[in-house]
Amino acid sequence: MVGAIVVAFVGLLCALSTAPPAHAADDETCTQTLESACIQGTLLVRQGKQKNLPISGATVVLTTPSGDEQTTESDSDGKWHFNVTEEGTYKVSLDESTLPSGMSVEGKNEVSLPIKFGTISANSASFSINASGYNPNQKDKTAEVMQGIYNGIVFGLLLALASIGVSLIYGTTGMSNFAHGEQVTLGGVLGYWFCNVGLPGIGTIGLLPAGILVVLVCAGIGWLQDRLIWQPLRRRGLGLIQLMIVSIGLSLALLFFYQLMLSTDTKQVSKKTVTPHYIFGDKVAWTSLSLTAALISIAIIAAIGFALMRTRLGRATRAVSDNPALAMASGIDTDHVIRMVWTVALALAGLSGLLYALVIQNGITALTGSQILLLLFAAVTLGGLGTAFGALVGSMVIGMIASVVPTLGVPDDLKYATAMLLMILMLLFRPQGLLGKAQRVG
Amino acid sequence: MDQLQALLTDVLREGIGAKTAAIAIVIIGLNVHFGYTGLLNMGQAGFMLLGGYGFAISVAHDIPFVVAILIGFALATVFAMIIGFSALTLRGDYLAIVTIAAAEVIKILGNSERFKSLTGGSLGFPSKKYDPAFLNLSFFPHYKTWQILSFNYADVSTSAGFRIFGWLVVLALAVGLVLAGMKLASGTRKILVMVGLGVVLLLAALFMFPLTELSTGDSKVGDHVASSTGWWVVFVGWVLAAICTGIVYLLTRSPWGRMLKGIREDEDAIRSLGKNVFAVKLQALIIGGCFGALGGMVYALSLGAIKADDQARPMTFLCYTALLIGGAATLLGPIIGPVLYFFGQWTIEGIVRFYVPDSFLSDQQAEPTAYVVMGTVLMLLVIFRPQGIFGDKRELRFHV
Repeated sequence: MVGAIVVAFVGLLCALSTAPPAHAADDETCTQTLESACIQGTLLVRQGKQKNLPISGATVVLTTPSGDEQTTESDSDGKWHFNVTEEGTYKVSLDESTLPSGMSVEGKNEVSLPIKFGTISANSASFSINASGYNPNQKDKTAEVMQGIYNGIVFGLLLALASIGVSLIYGTTGMSNFAHGEQVTLGGVLGYWFCNVGLPGIGTIGLLPAGILVVLVCAGIGWLQDRLIWQPLRRRGLGLIQLMIVSIGLSLALLFFYQLMLSTDTKQVSKKTVTPHYIFGDKVAWTSLSLTAALISIAIIAAIGFALMRTRLGRATRAVSDNPALAMASGIDTDHVIRMVWTVALALAGLSGLLYALVIQNGITALTGSQILLLLFAAVTLGGLGTAFGALVGSMVIGMIASVVPTLGVPDDLKYATAMLLMILMLLFRPQGLLGKAQRVG
Repeated sequence: MDQLQALLTDVLREGIGAKTAAIAIVIIGLNVHFGYTGLLNMGQAGFMLLGGYGFAISVAHDIPFVVAILIGFALATVFAMIIGFSALTLRGDYLAIVTIAAAEVIKILGNSERFKSLTGGSLGFPSKKYDPAFLNLSFFPHYKTWQILSFNYADVSTSAGFRIFGWLVVLALAVGLVLAGMKLASGTRKILVMVGLGVVLLLAALFMFPLTELSTGDSKVGDHVASSTGWWVVFVGWVLAAICTGIVYLLTRSPWGRMLKGIREDEDAIRSLGKNVFAVKLQALIIGGCFGALGGMVYALSLGAIKADDQARPMTFLCYTALLIGGAATLLGPIIGPVLYFFGQWTIEGIVRFYVPDSFLSDQQAEPTAYVVMGTVLMLLVIFRPQGIFGDKRELRFHV
């Protein structure tokens, strides 16, 4: 614990016509004349050997001799001032609730200052503030929550990219794809490979062509996977549970294959440092990369939504989701539809993994996807199994929870657990999910 | 030659070790869920973890041994009820997602810094806190080593030819066991043949690969009992596995057990007979979960620490692979499955360690390699032989 006190220097400067304030340009309102005085000061925290850190945004309360109360807030340098036009004894105090968390006023929280115009006097008073629980790196609560919301939106969109695929596969084939997390990892791993290791004969390529290539390769893998594994298994009439266990086997094999290749290191896709920009004062930091990722996700999700609602293939997909037998009977080539669904789903998963490695985790590990998998399932279940738009809503909710909950005091390592508990609880009360249709089960 | 002998001895030690027995008990529980009732429980590792933590932490707090075991069961029961009420009324795949998520929550809580004082966090809950109470129960001699078969190949001949002949006999017996399991029609006769062949195989293997271990496992290191890797925990593990198999045998022959199979084949038919399907499923979930918890306790005793990361999703998937190797909905599948699984895993790891050049696959890559193979085996099994070694294909008409 660092023994720390905060000293508030309360200086009283009376009219001094010959000595203009040193920082006259900044101090615009505090005038010192024969008929007025300025009560001002600076709130600084002295912590260990660090230099004095200003306390901004703390409310200082001034009680005038007549008993009225005035308040002001300290600025980013910790400075505050009151302009008074009445002689008498003023009382200055600090509003403890506006101090950064972990700080409190020790002892007497009130300083009396006798003011008399026309005399040259400089009084200073100090508050003693206990800052033992204060962590200077901690931003204030609202900024943290707002940052959490921004991160949650980006995270939710990236989750949505992958979970829409899970949902489409579930809708058209009835199978929960346990290997989807590994497909997400694949996107990040391929991105790392294209940007850092390089393609044979071509060498490393830039982020944008790498991204396009990742999506194409993942789409190709989706096509091949359906052609080589899932379609033959459907033709054999393998049950759904058996299909799910096959996907578990695939996920195990892929997961440990990545571990073989990458060991347990984090592989950074892009080594460029990105400078954060700030909006809403300095409360929310965003980077051009995270904003681009979010916009790409929105555009792609909108395109998928449009395709599902308006195009022939999209309508066919929804028909297969609704009733495969009827869809087949009415002349829809269900195998073709399912092939397309696998292709699109794995392409989206790959893109999601690449963006995740760039924006959320700053790198990819063999385990990334398997950690995300349960969030994907939670999102899909929350939104309603098999509904693509439900997956979007569920992902946003899960992304938001995972990002905002740590800012509200839940330990960081429990954030995913919170999201999953929420899903389990929701099944108790609304088993069809947020957007699913209620149906009689059991 | 000696290197191969050492490798195969290690494989045997792992294959019949306490860890295998623990997994066998866990799989017996999973078999009640998946094999007999058709419940797709993807969170069996969560039951293990709860059983292990409940037992170990209780013992460490000086709660009597029997009560500690009951606490482990109680935790598993509560866990099963939470899962059951949220997912058992829904379609089967909801249960899969809820169980996998619930087990993940348990793992995260076990790893969490918040409960570090209770669970030891990600460093694990050290076995020296609960081992002594278990070792004190041992009626095996303390601080002594013991070779199960004192008569072994070295007493006959140590020549290479004899050893290779012996290994081939062991291999032939193993293949014979597997073939008998696959060919014979299920029934009491099959079980007797399998058990007989199994005992002969075990004796032959111990003859060729003599194992020497501490009898109770209480080697003193410093001032505390180090670990329990002796015969005592192996003995307890396999005795418990045998008892559990007996319980499942009696359960599945009871009217209640026939109802389980009925629910697996056609839930609606059972419902139309006026049975409370939800209640039966919940009972099955609790009973299987308690087997899982018991397995978790043995698993905890066979390791140096309870680590939540050891008992995460790959553990559940391992259980499924082993169960499907042995055969779901069979009595002996949960016993033979993990034994074969660990033989396979350790053989692959040993081959990678000793016979594959490091430039191709290093020693650290041995374990992932084994898992890649096992994942592939799981896929191939489900596709080409879903009934495993002992199973009956007709018993696998699951109804999701």
